[in-house]
Amino acid sequence: MNVKLIFSIAKSLLLARWKQTLVAAIGVTFSITMFITLLSFMTGLNDLLDGLILNRTPHIRLYNEIKPNVNQPLNLATNTEYQHNFISSIKSGNSRQEIYNYAAITEVLKKDERVLGYSPKIIAQVFFNDGAIDITGIVNGINIEDESKLFHFNEYITAGNASDVEKLSNSIVLGKGLADKLLVNIGDVIQLTTSKGERFPLKVVGYFQSGLQEFDKTQSYASIATVQKLLGKPSNYVTDLQVKLKDIKAAPAVTKEYARLFNTDAEDIQTANSQFETGTFVRTLISYAVGITLLVVAGFGIYNILNMMIYEKMDTIAILKATGFAGKDVKRIFIVIALSIGFFGGMAGLLFGFGLSSIIDQIPFNTAALPTIKTYPINYNPMFYLIGSVFSLITTYFAGWFPACKASKIDPVIIIRGK
Amino acid sequence: MSEIILEAKNICKDFHDPVTIRVLNNINFSINKGDFVSITGKSGCGKSTLLYILSTMDTDYEGELLIDNVSMNEKKEAQLAKVRNEKIGFVFQFHYLLNEFSVLRNVMLPGLKLGKYSEKEVEARAMDKLKMLDIGHLAQKSVNQISGGEKQRVAIARALINDPHIIMGDEPTGNLDKKNSEIVFDIFKKLAEEFNQTLLIVTHDQNFADRTHRTIEMEDGRILNSKANAFNS
Ligand SMILES: Nc1ncnc2c1ncn2[C@@H]1O[C@H](COP(=O)(O)OP(=O)(O)O)[C@@H](O)[C@H]1O
Ligand SMILES: [Mg+2]
Repeated sequence: MNVKLIFSIAKSLLLARWKQTLVAAIGVTFSITMFITLLSFMTGLNDLLDGLILNRTPHIRLYNEIKPNVNQPLNLATNTEYQHNFISSIKSGNSRQEIYNYAAITEVLKKDERVLGYSPKIIAQVFFNDGAIDITGIVNGINIEDESKLFHFNEYITAGNASDVEKLSNSIVLGKGLADKLLVNIGDVIQLTTSKGERFPLKVVGYFQSGLQEFDKTQSYASIATVQKLLGKPSNYVTDLQVKLKDIKAAPAVTKEYARLFNTDAEDIQTANSQFETGTFVRTLISYAVGITLLVVAGFGIYNILNMMIYEKMDTIAILKATGFAGKDVKRIFIVIALSIGFFGGMAGLLFGFGLSSIIDQIPFNTAALPTIKTYPINYNPMFYLIGSVFSLITTYFAGWFPACKASKIDPVIIIRGK
Repeated sequence: MSEIILEAKNICKDFHDPVTIRVLNNINFSINKGDFVSITGKSGCGKSTLLYILSTMDTDYEGELLIDNVSMNEKKEAQLAKVRNEKIGFVFQFHYLLNEFSVLRNVMLPGLKLGKYSEKEVEARAMDKLKMLDIGHLAQKSVNQISGGEKQRVAIARALINDPHIIMGDEPTGNLDKKNSEIVFDIFKKLAEEFNQTLLIVTHDQNFADRTHRTIEMEDGRILNSKANAFNS
């Protein structure tokens, strides 16, 4: 009832005290601005840091670990209810590192709806020969096209051309740190020794820079065929199968399923990188905590100003009541006042928050570790704006609630008599 | 026998601060439609207290109050507010207009609250009331820009906006000079005699009281006497 009237009275009261109103609204604007900026920046940073690892990490890794046979012959022969065997110094059997039934597994993966894509990989331990010194390192045999599509491999190539690895046989892309240690330039030929003792010359066609220095000091990439040749293995030899799912959250479940189905070892991204999730969670939590604290402080500002306003407007409230406005009408008027401070302050806060984050988005941010990043990262998630506006309304509503209740209970007789 | 608009039955009121004092003691009277009644008495005898009870603003009393033959005792706060809005126009000693609004808007507010007419109609009615009180030219002014006498006339216009059954005034001329008091009295008289408006006015201006139709005299929380005045003014 009478919504229009209540709004018009609220508006008149607000405008009559527009300076105080403005101060209250600026408080809300400030906190929403900071809330939006903080969250956009923090999550931008989170995404960047996570991306550093998570973008390049498969959701599921299928591999064969070298480990002792679970079914030791002694147990198979003598395991009874009355006997337990303690076996010490077990050695791993002559198990193979390659994935069995590679072709059959890929057939299944291709058909699986949940799978975004997969990329085979061979990991080979080698020594890079640098004169008299041997540097231990790893050559990853990869399919450049799949690897780029699924794990952004091409984005980390800072010099040279990634596709050359596929085109030129016996070519290699070195981590920047490794290349610096070996003192080689693009086009040079390096020597490496496999774990079996064979020496190979490979041509350097590019550098890559992942952002993780230690990683770049040991890693290098070559085509699958090249690494198979290095190891003297046939063309179906693959040690790792990296799977990317459509939904990262499904990884643990699918991983278990695959481990059983393919009878291999399988690891999901959550287990492999649990520390990142924790970090992300804590950073997000801090941003929300700071944002909400700011809002609560703004809420107290509104509370104070409304209390003051009610104190000043005792006469007005008494007259409204004497002329037929009920307590609940008076309450509504003050809640509308509080909510409009929250609404307009909040809207301005969203705009300023967007503006401020866009400005941060333009600030150059160059670091050797992150070749693809040029400016500070910002995440423009509309969710933050939604949360910001909802929170500004909720806090101002509660800030207005108590003063409004107080106003609604004012006894007009006391005020009118008091003169 | 004409229609009873307001009836007080055995109304008593105590104040408990700091000790219990009986301020109103067994007040009984009734007001008929079209009556122009004044209440007089020494300062502190309980006139205002009585008027606040009669206007439904004060609910802390004993006895019964009937407006239009309906008891107010059982009504809730919101219902009483509705009664005040619809049936009672109140004029205070200090004009009590809202500074945040223009003169016209002040007059309109109770009408808008009633919601019986559209905003346009309420505005037209408010204009009519202002013109009737010869202050139509002040409609768009801010409350701070008009004189005390004019303010009291605006307050009367506001009291009239919903065509109330009764207008109550607590010393409405108490704060005005002779000339303005006279204007306000003439307005009340005109309302009573030309528009058959019921009026109940507290005053301690004996000259004012004598010229109303009936005067209720109070002393120490009781009604001393109630006498009809000669129609002489
Ligand atoms: N809130 C209160 N607490 C205690 N006593 C009060 C209060 N308000 C008024 N009174 C007392 O009640 C009596 C009647 O007051 P009031 O109705 O204002 O008198 P009048 O209007 O006739 O001058 C006075 O003696 C006054 O002191
Ligand atoms: Mg008085």
